[in-house]
Amino acid sequence: MRTAMLKQLSTCMRADESLHLIVADTGFHVFDDLQKEFSSRYMNIGISEACMIGVAAGLALNDKRVICYGIVPFVTMRCFEQIRNDLCSQNLPVTVIGVGEGLTYGAAGSSHHSLTDIAVMNALPGMTVVCPGDPVEVQHAVEAVLNLDGPSYLRIGKSGEPLVHRDGLQGFELGRGIRLRQGRDVAVISTGNMLPTAEEICEKLLAAGRDPELISMHTVKPIDRELLIDVAGRCRSIVTIEEHSVIGGLGAAVSRVVTDEGLAVKVQRFGIPDEFVQEAGSQMFLREKYGLTAEQIVERI
Amino acid sequence: MMDSIESAARQIRKDVLRMHQTGSNAGGAMSSADILAVLYFDTMNLESPDDPKRDRFVMSKGHCVSSLYSVLAQKGFIERDRLAEYCVDGKLLMGHPTRGGVPGIEASSGSLGHGLPMAVGMAWAAQKDKLGWRTFVLMGDGECQEGSVWEGAAVAARLALDNLIVIVDANNLQGYGRCEDILPINTLAAKFRSFGWSTMEVDGHDCAQISGALKAVPFEVSKPSAIIAKTVKGKGVREMEDSLGWHYFSVPKEKLQDFCDELE
Repeated sequence: MRTAMLKQLSTCMRADESLHLIVADTGFHVFDDLQKEFSSRYMNIGISEACMIGVAAGLALNDKRVICYGIVPFVTMRCFEQIRNDLCSQNLPVTVIGVGEGLTYGAAGSSHHSLTDIAVMNALPGMTVVCPGDPVEVQHAVEAVLNLDGPSYLRIGKSGEPLVHRDGLQGFELGRGIRLRQGRDVAVISTGNMLPTAEEICEKLLAAGRDPELISMHTVKPIDRELLIDVAGRCRSIVTIEEHSVIGGLGAAVSRVVTDEGLAVKVQRFGIPDEFVQEAGSQMFLREKYGLTAEQIVERI
Repeated sequence: MMDSIESAARQIRKDVLRMHQTGSNAGGAMSSADILAVLYFDTMNLESPDDPKRDRFVMSKGHCVSSLYSVLAQKGFIERDRLAEYCVDGKLLMGHPTRGGVPGIEASSGSLGHGLPMAVGMAWAAQKDKLGWRTFVLMGDGECQEGSVWEGAAVAARLALDNLIVIVDANNLQGYGRCEDILPINTLAAKFRSFGWSTMEVDGHDCAQISGALKAVPFEVSKPSAIIAKTVKGKGVREMEDSLGWHYFSVPKEKLQDFCDELE
């Protein structure tokens, strides 16, 4: 996902001379080419995320468009109040890109896990929250958030995330979930890096004679209300899947729409329980621990 | 010239007293009156709040915004009648600067330690585009306990932002007492210098001194400038001066006239 992000970022920086990239001493060698090509519009601001967001606000107040980049917890929660006051309350076009969504940095421990970031970013008025499902979605999402008039949060993985949109993707739009398969039984809705798992779940359900629907809900805020109403009209149940706390993320956003609209559909939420991970573990080890593999989820649907 | 600046400062204090018949922070607003009067009526190139070439001002000690509202009224950026809207239900003159509803408010603030990093971004934008305007930031000395102030200070020096000027309204009183008792951070001038800034210390109620310092910026080429202005909280009204209580008290109706008379 990071490579897709970098590729699109280069294109966007070439096209828009006001676009600046500030990083908080993250991404060893990742930005070497960008730094060379756009030396006056790239800055490693050091390990000072709060200052990074404030500086981005100051630039944006003077007609610059800014991307702030770092590892998820540090560019969202460390500087949460700067994002709230400096960016959101002033509605400035700054994009915060967090790398290492969910359990990407699994073995690094809970300081580096990103399991509450969607919740806190969702809570901010005016914030657009985007968690692309694969590298193709990342590429489209980068371009889309850079056309917004206000602040945005783009949550991406790191490397090795499998392609789901193997034949490319047409008509990507923020706030519009992507329906990869239409069904009449259970709607499997994922956000971010759980899309490949969601796809695998659908394959297993199909093999078992079910008729699942598959949706990549890349934008958690604003959530695609229209699509959910449509889904509820056809499917008996919705399953949400996210590498994030079950509090405040995709499952919560979907449940809110179901409640608000009085939809007659059962919602089953899969995510990380309300706790800190207390042991070392790779992303796959921890997914299994929390019941987030395709096999485990299919058993519980 | 100094007479008219001092007169503007007197007007700020009178307006602040009237506005603070409800709400707290009158003392801090009055300690910054002379600094604001010099900035807006002597130093800054600022004819209109919409002029792209204007100098920028960030009120980082946002709780003292009433003094800024007075200045904006005196500049004619807002109507004088609007000062009566301070902290009034449904009106736009909020208790902390909020960009959008009030012409002349460059950045929203209120949570301490946010102003300097935003001002760094502004000054960097001007430096990048080779624009001549400058960015001024007013902070409190208590505010300098916030870590983000020093992140901003380090970045400003690293970027060699000599178009950025910090003024610290150093009244040595914060929420619960003397700054030096609550969280001593020792001499601010030395601290800024150690971060790569150039500094000057002035009497924050001597308009000529403040003006002289602001005319001399940047004190050194390629370095941001910090002016540590020694001030007295509640300056101008004996009962309020250097009194912690005036971080919180409102001006009682029956004392308003006496307080205003004392300023003459």
